[in-house]
Amino acid sequence: MSYIPHTEVERQQMLAAIGVTTIEDLFDAVPASHRFPALNLPEAMSEMEVAAEMQALAESNEHAGDFALFRGAGAYHHFVPSAVNHILLRGEFYTAYTPYQPEMSQGTLQSIFEYQSMMVALTGLDAANASHYDGATSLAEAVTVALEVARMKRKKVILSHAIHPQYRAVARTYNQGRDVKFVGDSGRADIADLMDMIDEQTAMVAIQYPNFFGQVESPETIRQLADRIHQVGGLLVMVVNPLALGLLKSPGELGADIAVGEGQPLGIPLSYGGPYLGFFATRSEYVRKIAGRIVGETVDQDGRRAYVMTLRPREQDIRREKASSNICTNQGLMALAACVHMSLLGKQGIRKVAELNYHKAHYAAAQIDALPGFTVNQDKVFFNEFVVRCSKPVSAINQALIEQGMIGGYDLGADYPHLKDHMLVCVTEMNRRAEIDALAEALGKAGN
Amino acid sequence: MEPLIYEISVPGRTAALLPDCDVPLADLPGGYVRDEVALPEVSELQVVRHFVNLSHLNHAIDKGFYPLGSCTMKYNPKINEDMARLPGLAHLHPLTDEEGSQGALALMFQLQEWLAEISGFAAVSLQPAAGAQGELAGILMIRKYHLDRGDTQRTKILVPNSAHGTNPATVTMAGMEVIELPSDDEGNVDLAALRAACDGEQGRHIAGMMITVPSTLGLFDRGILQIVEIVHNAGGLMYMDGANMNALMGVVKPGELGFDVMHYNLHKTFSTPHGGGGPGCGAVGVAERLIKFLPGPIAAVVEPAAGEDDAPLYGLMMPEKSIGRLKAFHGNFGMHIRAYAYIRIYGGEGLKDVTRHAVLNANYIRSQLKGVYHIPYDRFCGHEFVLEGHFEDAPDIHALDISKRLMDYGIHPPTNYFPLIVPEALLIEPTETEDKATLDGFIDAMKKIAQEAREDPHMLKGAPHTLPVSRLDEVRAAKELVLCCAPLLKMVE
Repeated sequence: MSYIPHTEVERQQMLAAIGVTTIEDLFDAVPASHRFPALNLPEAMSEMEVAAEMQALAESNEHAGDFALFRGAGAYHHFVPSAVNHILLRGEFYTAYTPYQPEMSQGTLQSIFEYQSMMVALTGLDAANASHYDGATSLAEAVTVALEVARMKRKKVILSHAIHPQYRAVARTYNQGRDVKFVGDSGRADIADLMDMIDEQTAMVAIQYPNFFGQVESPETIRQLADRIHQVGGLLVMVVNPLALGLLKSPGELGADIAVGEGQPLGIPLSYGGPYLGFFATRSEYVRKIAGRIVGETVDQDGRRAYVMTLRPREQDIRREKASSNICTNQGLMALAACVHMSLLGKQGIRKVAELNYHKAHYAAAQIDALPGFTVNQDKVFFNEFVVRCSKPVSAINQALIEQGMIGGYDLGADYPHLKDHMLVCVTEMNRRAEIDALAEALGKAGN
Repeated sequence: MEPLIYEISVPGRTAALLPDCDVPLADLPGGYVRDEVALPEVSELQVVRHFVNLSHLNHAIDKGFYPLGSCTMKYNPKINEDMARLPGLAHLHPLTDEEGSQGALALMFQLQEWLAEISGFAAVSLQPAAGAQGELAGILMIRKYHLDRGDTQRTKILVPNSAHGTNPATVTMAGMEVIELPSDDEGNVDLAALRAACDGEQGRHIAGMMITVPSTLGLFDRGILQIVEIVHNAGGLMYMDGANMNALMGVVKPGELGFDVMHYNLHKTFSTPHGGGGPGCGAVGVAERLIKFLPGPIAAVVEPAAGEDDAPLYGLMMPEKSIGRLKAFHGNFGMHIRAYAYIRIYGGEGLKDVTRHAVLNANYIRSQLKGVYHIPYDRFCGHEFVLEGHFEDAPDIHALDISKRLMDYGIHPPTNYFPLIVPEALLIEPTETEDKATLDGFIDAMKKIAQEAREDPHMLKGAPHTLPVSRLDEVRAAKELVLCCAPLLKMVE
């Protein structure tokens, strides 16, 4: 089995044309002492054997095709219309590369332009880039922009503890070689506490909306935070769930300067954590500071409208060591998935999906809160996730749920010691009422 | 041209086929709710036609030859796509408990092992989402290695002037400094300059060196063992940019040459699709001394198999002194699936054949274009080679014109104006999956263009002539900066 098309006759013709007798002759520059090592790998397999082996691996997993899933925590099981996958499987899209040659890449370029437009609509900001690797790296890139806006003179970055723990970890990974101080997320600081931390040294403050615990801060609170950070000349960065923006006020309306987040809820499967889609949107004044590909509209020599990657001099291949980021790709195909998905949902659909999530999560929260041994934290407005305090370890409860064909909530104790025995439950439009009722029933049994 | 999706939007239309709400409605939080989102209002058929029509405007591997140097645009096997869409993989939540994700963890573990074997490294992490992230991981590991030993003055990274722009950009991101090294007239690193940079007191500031093998010129550096030795002797570590791994499988193992860390591009060497610019995977492999610094989590055996017929228990593990996470969850798992399928289908001998034929194809084209174009380094190349896209007797014609004209022949242009050290560079990488007839077609087109450059330069300047659009006004795009269909968004609102 091989994708190499050469026949023996052709190989000989080509070698003769080059003027050598064997292919091995072409490797004369490789040190002879290290040339042609053995590769200790399994032998080749036929396509059907590979498929059978991988199917067996796949089926040994506990996945949302077989189990009712009530887990989110940054990755969500949502309905994806069939048409999305059919478009993604068009070879013209998925076997193309970065549109360096715009005349041959108008399909990719226009779809990115449309994706950027939809992200602008969703976030209420002025411009979006062609995407980053995922929500976590988008946050890390937002930190870089905030530092650049402050001309590297401000070192303080305030992060809410209610931002996804892994996103905060990635922001730290990216900045370990730079002189940056991350504060705000070591304890349980609320927005008012974050406001008190803001000073003239602060480059940005970041919050998540809805936050990692599913809660939504009030528009007034966020606007106050925006005012406070703007008073000192820093930026407000919001990590947002794009589907929640089908219902909730946009970052633009709330005073955010940058909105980043995970685009996975927009038509991208769970796929054990990736590939996903990091989106990044900002106000016009910061566009020239952001990293990543950006597509702009222009005309060709004959005056026809066309699209091209623009603001290229920001990027690493031109600026080299003076570039602020080394990113050179985007998540092109994932941005296309989101673009097709948002087109299919449309203005009415995105609202409807967001409302389905909201209503179902609230129904589930009420059912669970009524159970002895479980308390739902309902201090704040929530979207499709909520925190449940359990009277037993979460792992024990989840074990009981698995036996009932259900994957329970995320165990918060590992990331937040004060939330031992708390689970983060997620309910989406994929969870039918019967599933939610079954969850409540199983929890009732498991909790006693 | 295809209209924008916003231009075919009609108020009140929707393609969403969603169920009715089957639970009692909760009160919406009044002050929190926004106005409608200005998404397009279109039917499913409109959406499908729109994107199919857009797809027709692209060139792609599935449509024709794509010899884009340094990008390894090889055939992306269809089975890979089917495997990535298996429900047990596509619908697996990343925070599934260990016991419930044994299949996925086994796949990741196996892929780590195979990648380590292919390049002679001690361990591999699949975390990085792209080559650029793999580079960042590598340089952060080198940085942390020195700091961990209390060696705080090593802040400089050597980078040859032929390097891809990501290399120096990565060094800056990691808070370190670049020292650029010249190349000699054979395209190798200038050893005298390297020795000088690593000499005495200066050498004590060298954290390491980043080098692409074969180089971005497609050439295997003849001095590679000496380079590794000089840098190691100065106390620095060696980073290999594995973008060109397609020239090395079964030919040489970077780990055995003495490299300490390398990133792989699964989307180049291991056939995962480029997707119009991503997603990719920039897995990193390391020598023994860097294992504890790997980005994590990585897949590991947490309980060995009980008996011969049993499987071990796999889990996710954070290396002891990890540089940390590079993204949420466990890397671009969808790419791991595809690379797994690819390696499984080829096996060890097959992967050797991949490299042998990639190098055969590149040398074949080189031999046929020699004399027609100036080839600055006249020696056998690896999987790609560079030629100069200009002619002394046709001074107005540049690499860009040749590139644009190739489009009229149905061929995607090579990478142009890179590497920077060759004037009017055209970097040509055919890959192993192209047959001789396709290569001959490309050679013919390049010969015809060389002729056209002399006979009809004006026509060449106006190329492409047969595409949906002609050359674009890129200055206007940057100056007027239209980044979204703003007026249309308003119209929809």
